[in-house]
Amino acid sequence: MKKAKMQRFRQFIPLYVMLLPGVIYLFINNYIPMAGIVVAFKKYNVNDGIFASPFAGLANFEYLFSTNDAAVIIRNTLLYNVAFILINNIIGIALAIMISDVLSKKLRKLYQSAVLLPFLISIVVVSYIVFAFLSHENGMFNNSILPLFGMDTVQWYNDTTWWPLILVITNCWKGVGYGTLIFIAGIAGIDKSFYEAAELDGAGKWQQIWRITIPCLIPSIITLLLMSIGRIFYSDFGLFYQVPQNSGSLYPVTNTIDTYVYRALIAAGGIGRSSAAGLFQSIVGFTLVMVSNGVVRKLSVDNAIF
Amino acid sequence: MILSKGRRAYQLVINFLLMLTTLIMVLPLLLLFISSITDENTLVANGYSYFPEQLSLTAYRYILTNAASILRAYGITVMVTAIGTVGNLLLVSLMAFPLSIRELPGRKFVSFYVFFTMLFSGGLVPSYIMWTTTFGIKNSIWAYILPNFLLSAFNIILVRTFFQTSIPNDIYEAAKIDGAGYFMIYWKIVLPLGKPILVTIGLFSGLSYWNDWTNGLYYITDSKMLSIQALLNRMIQDIQALAANSTANSGALMQIPQVSIRMAIAFVAILPILIIYPFLQKYFASGIMLGAVKG
Repeated sequence: MKKAKMQRFRQFIPLYVMLLPGVIYLFINNYIPMAGIVVAFKKYNVNDGIFASPFAGLANFEYLFSTNDAAVIIRNTLLYNVAFILINNIIGIALAIMISDVLSKKLRKLYQSAVLLPFLISIVVVSYIVFAFLSHENGMFNNSILPLFGMDTVQWYNDTTWWPLILVITNCWKGVGYGTLIFIAGIAGIDKSFYEAAELDGAGKWQQIWRITIPCLIPSIITLLLMSIGRIFYSDFGLFYQVPQNSGSLYPVTNTIDTYVYRALIAAGGIGRSSAAGLFQSIVGFTLVMVSNGVVRKLSVDNAIF
Repeated sequence: MILSKGRRAYQLVINFLLMLTTLIMVLPLLLLFISSITDENTLVANGYSYFPEQLSLTAYRYILTNAASILRAYGITVMVTAIGTVGNLLLVSLMAFPLSIRELPGRKFVSFYVFFTMLFSGGLVPSYIMWTTTFGIKNSIWAYILPNFLLSAFNIILVRTFFQTSIPNDIYEAAKIDGAGYFMIYWKIVLPLGKPILVTIGLFSGLSYWNDWTNGLYYITDSKMLSIQALLNRMIQDIQALAANSTANSGALMQIPQVSIRMAIAFVAILPILIIYPFLQKYFASGIMLGAVKG
């Protein structure tokens, strides 16, 4: 009996060998840093390393929350994410419905390729494009567009007024194609006979969209929402660091948890508050994933991610 | 097909709106390109514009003749993308195959081990300390390859699901009867049959290596080790970063066309993507749609 078990186990050895490189990589890249979060409770110094540095209790967190920074970065992260989720999903659904309805196959393909194109471009290059529009001296807005309407030029990279809008537009331009494609896949899966029946009953296009297409898309919408809510405490570092060109006067409207963590990390003596903010983000993020998934599981098991 | 009046109007409206969308998606990229071929003096006088008075290829000539730093950065990006993508495909497929074998003891545990990395992360600070102190990858090519991008749990789950659903178990059984071991099965059956998903995953992995600038920001201080994205990142703050590395130490040092060259380098950085995109469009699209059908 035992021998047979050994034999069975031996047969699987090659499979375990195959797993090994990936298991080791995840251990190094993901699990060791998880243990390293204790650094948030330490007074880190380079010579002792993470684990031998002396404990500092909650000092790092006290320092983080004693300033106004914590409130600002949490507010910015949350509000921007809510705006992104709403706008990208609404526009994504609208585009997907329209693209799916286009009769010409060639045009359909063209539109689909066009909306996805910005998704493939690095955020650094996107920040150059934004710079071409907004640069104080050479930007298109200050040189051509604003003078055309007789308006004063704007010191875009010093003036916080427009940045919430600029970031929402930039994010939508770059990211909307992703959701659009998912919704197109969702629409392609809807049973065509629903529409035929609706047409026989005299339902117009508008009614078909609201009564058939959108209800049928609910599962994809929930999955996407769930993923975004789980990530609502995370922000696209490149969008908030790179696109405003790390301009200090814009921090009140561009500083998010991720940019804060990075800037604190490279600032002298900032490693404590940086790791505290990072740990705070990890824990809240983890909780949000678990809670949102739990809620969806209650509503409908099929839509839960796990 | 004959369309009713209402339907024809609907087609007109949506095609108009979608054409508009297409323009909005493409025009900013066009501005990048036109700016890169605009004469420097025109740029200084009139700013970036879709309708420049004077065109010029000076920026590109500068890249080719004077700025070895740009070519080196390009080379680093190409190398990193190649090594990273191959490594990623190897690790992902090697992990996904055993996890797709239902009778493998401990499969559940390893699956959870993989999955948990999607739920919780140690964050930047511990990773940064570990990679720089324990592994000392600062200013080496490994700084671009190793942190974060080599293996993602999401991809493992995607590929495992594909293996499970599209490769019939009978093939493995038949191969085993013929005396093939698991390595043989992986090499001769799983990789060829898994090609559609592996191409897609490889494409996205290549894209994230090509586009990544964060590892360059965190781990690279030596200007000789900059990738093209990291160079672009540094140039935003300091255009002189280019001149500092210029190898043209002969007397004929060209003036840097400061305003146009930014756009020229940025355009060169996205050029490969623009070139391959039309051919591989369906793989990009199917990759995203696969993700939608959840892991």
